[in-house]
Amino acid sequence: MNNSDKITKYFLFAGSFLILIVAGGMVYSLVGGAIPAFHKFGWHFITSTNWNPTEGRESYGAMPFIAGTMITSVLALLISIPMAFSTSLFVSEYFRKTPVASVLSTLVDLLAGIPSIVYGLWGFYTLRPVIMHLGLSPQGFGVFTSGIILAIMIIPYATSLSNEIIVMVPNELKEAAYSLGATRMEVIFNVIVPNARSGIVASYILAFGRALGETMAVTMLIGNANKVPHSLFDTGNTMASVIANQFGEADGLKLSSLIAIGLLLFVITALVNTAGKFIIKKLS
Amino acid sequence: MKAIAIRDNSNSRNTKNKIFLGIVIFFSLLTILPIILIVGELVVKGIGQINLSFFTEAAPDTLQAMVAKANGETIPGGIANGITGSILIVVLAAVMAIPFGIITGIYLYETPGKRYSNIIRDIADILQGVPSIVLGLIVYLWVVKYITHSYSALAGSVSLAIMMLPLIIRSTEETLKMIPGTLKEAAVALGVPYHKIILRVLIPSSFSGLLTGILISISRILGETAPLMLTTLGNPRINWDITHPTSAVPLLIWQFYNDPNMVELIWSSSLFLMGFVLTLNIISKRISAKHSIH
Amino acid sequence: MNENIIEVKNPVLSIQNLSIAYDKGGKYAVKDVSVDVKRDSITAIMGPSGCGKSTLLRAINRMHELYPNIVTEGKILLNDEDVYGMSTIKLRRKIGMVFQRPNPFPTMSIFDNVIAGYKLNGIRLKKSEREEIVETSLRDVALWDEVRESLFKKGTFLSGGQQQRLCIARALAFKPDVILLDEPTSALDPVATARVEDLLVELKKNYTIVLVTHNMSQAARISDNAMFMYLGELVEYDKTKTMFTNPKDSRTEGYLTGEFG
Repeated sequence: MNNSDKITKYFLFAGSFLILIVAGGMVYSLVGGAIPAFHKFGWHFITSTNWNPTEGRESYGAMPFIAGTMITSVLALLISIPMAFSTSLFVSEYFRKTPVASVLSTLVDLLAGIPSIVYGLWGFYTLRPVIMHLGLSPQGFGVFTSGIILAIMIIPYATSLSNEIIVMVPNELKEAAYSLGATRMEVIFNVIVPNARSGIVASYILAFGRALGETMAVTMLIGNANKVPHSLFDTGNTMASVIANQFGEADGLKLSSLIAIGLLLFVITALVNTAGKFIIKKLS
Repeated sequence: MKAIAIRDNSNSRNTKNKIFLGIVIFFSLLTILPIILIVGELVVKGIGQINLSFFTEAAPDTLQAMVAKANGETIPGGIANGITGSILIVVLAAVMAIPFGIITGIYLYETPGKRYSNIIRDIADILQGVPSIVLGLIVYLWVVKYITHSYSALAGSVSLAIMMLPLIIRSTEETLKMIPGTLKEAAVALGVPYHKIILRVLIPSSFSGLLTGILISISRILGETAPLMLTTLGNPRINWDITHPTSAVPLLIWQFYNDPNMVELIWSSSLFLMGFVLTLNIISKRISAKHSIH
Repeated sequence: MNENIIEVKNPVLSIQNLSIAYDKGGKYAVKDVSVDVKRDSITAIMGPSGCGKSTLLRAINRMHELYPNIVTEGKILLNDEDVYGMSTIKLRRKIGMVFQRPNPFPTMSIFDNVIAGYKLNGIRLKKSEREEIVETSLRDVALWDEVRESLFKKGTFLSGGQQQRLCIARALAFKPDVILLDEPTSALDPVATARVEDLLVELKKNYTIVLVTHNMSQAARISDNAMFMYLGELVEYDKTKTMFTNPKDSRTEGYLTGEFG
């Protein structure tokens, strides 16, 4: 290898440092920024449900937001699974390679392109009145409304990978089941699902990871109440939405607490995504 | 072997089979209902407000809007400050993220088995999943507090560039993997220097793939609101100074949404933003579809 | 063509004027085939690739209907009952099928693979019934002694030949009237092939076997009757010995002497 080639190699190598620096810097800044909050409240910061910015009696706990994030995201996942699973079966099994399937999958892909704030507006002006009309909650805000919007938002993430995995289930296995008298539905549940299970699970985990960090749509719909929601129709706040909401007026201990929440959100999403990617890696 | 009495359950199973297909079709249609409703609502409510001044004038202030409303006139102004701000921020983000993303992607492609490469790849995957609001928070600490000492277009660009970087890295690597190895070998055999192989062989032959990755990542960041709230804040006027607070289309939508006098303006600006993002999306899908046929 | 059809008394399967096209108005993959299949015997279907032999086989248990635009004319009687009037669920319980490549369900144990038909069909069995079916079926395919210690392991670790015998056991578990085999040894080595062939000869005492093969010597070794198909037509149907020693049609002769295929 001559000199000019070596220089090129080092140049590429040096370029790859940036992402390391960014990632390292992110962890450093989040941890550094969160230290005052953890120093003041200790582990209690995570478990406390009290969020009180009144000067002199300042007290910050992340539990309402951890709970809000988890409840809305789990709800979103539960709502999206039947839709995502049906869409995958429609595209990759029942109507595989037909024009209707490609129309459907294009439309589902477009869902991923709609900006979060537009989902928020639609939720506010179209979905919220429906929730009010059904008498589910007086103002239409809350965990349930956010969960529905989040569910719609994560469907494309839940389907893209599972579509590919379902297509890959070998035809000969399906034929074996048909030859034994199974109906198509029985083939789906006894052959396709067991064989594609880990891929389907991985894609739902990654979709769940998306829901955890969604900010704008949730901020506009959850009602922004700094408490643990008591029911599905109660208002609340998520980790992402409390940062978006309260950041503007924040400094000192409050800013540190918001950064600490950001750190927790970072850790949770990183864990969830790593779990999903780990399953995918084991597949290939 | 004794004969086992088998009850004929074929009728009920065939019925279940049909019902299940019905359920699948029902939920599939339910899935695409929102996109039709959302696009439909934005078009119906927003298209009437889009005119020339929508693109050429800055957003009105709340007083102008209130007066216009009181007189029964249409609200004056447009979203030019948002459009220019979005262009400034996104172009700057792309300038920062694309070169480093492509360089890192090429590096990963060239050193596939290395432990260091695997670490970089894992970091890119994790970074891709970091919520954008957290990126906003971090860039606030880095740029707003220490570099520009105020909310700024630069800060917004950095946060969006961090979003773009892992997307470009992974799409570059995946695209390069699809190039037949013989192409590179042929160049190596001819004694072409390494940097020329990259510039003359790898990048040109994977160009449409790289372009798809870039367009998709731009369409992802164009609609981002949350990180910009924490970094660029907004600006009622057109601003080209990267160290100053700057508006962006999603920020304007957020501002209109929160102002009872201007709330009518959300539809046109949302329609514009969504139309832009979806068009970019579709163009990039077209390019990649063409690419994959060859 | 009718002059070629041998007399079969009380046939298990009676295929009558069967024609199949993959698209409406498209070319026929099977053209006006009429054949009676003899009980408790091995009937081989031979012919060059693309001659329609697999399509004919799949039409018997209606697996060909998995192609959406398929057109089927004529009828097939299974013990005098029209298979196109039955539900496929019932039909496929009476007609088992074995495929080109061994395809045990990779998510199921060997035990569950054998009774997969019962599971898929939602038939609940007592533990003793399950065990009896598994043991009998595995004994029938001479696999019992090889796998009795590992019944609850996945079937995918078995050798190709063992996997294929497991798939035959899976088809036998229902005690079907007919077993259809679609080139069952094409993915196996010669030793495993010989074992499967021995097994089929053993099984014909109790089962009617229809075997698609493009291995002529296999058909010569184990089948009682043989069909020769060419371009979708049934060219000749006769006792295997007669066909191999004294083919009536020049196309059959051409195929058997290796002129095409």
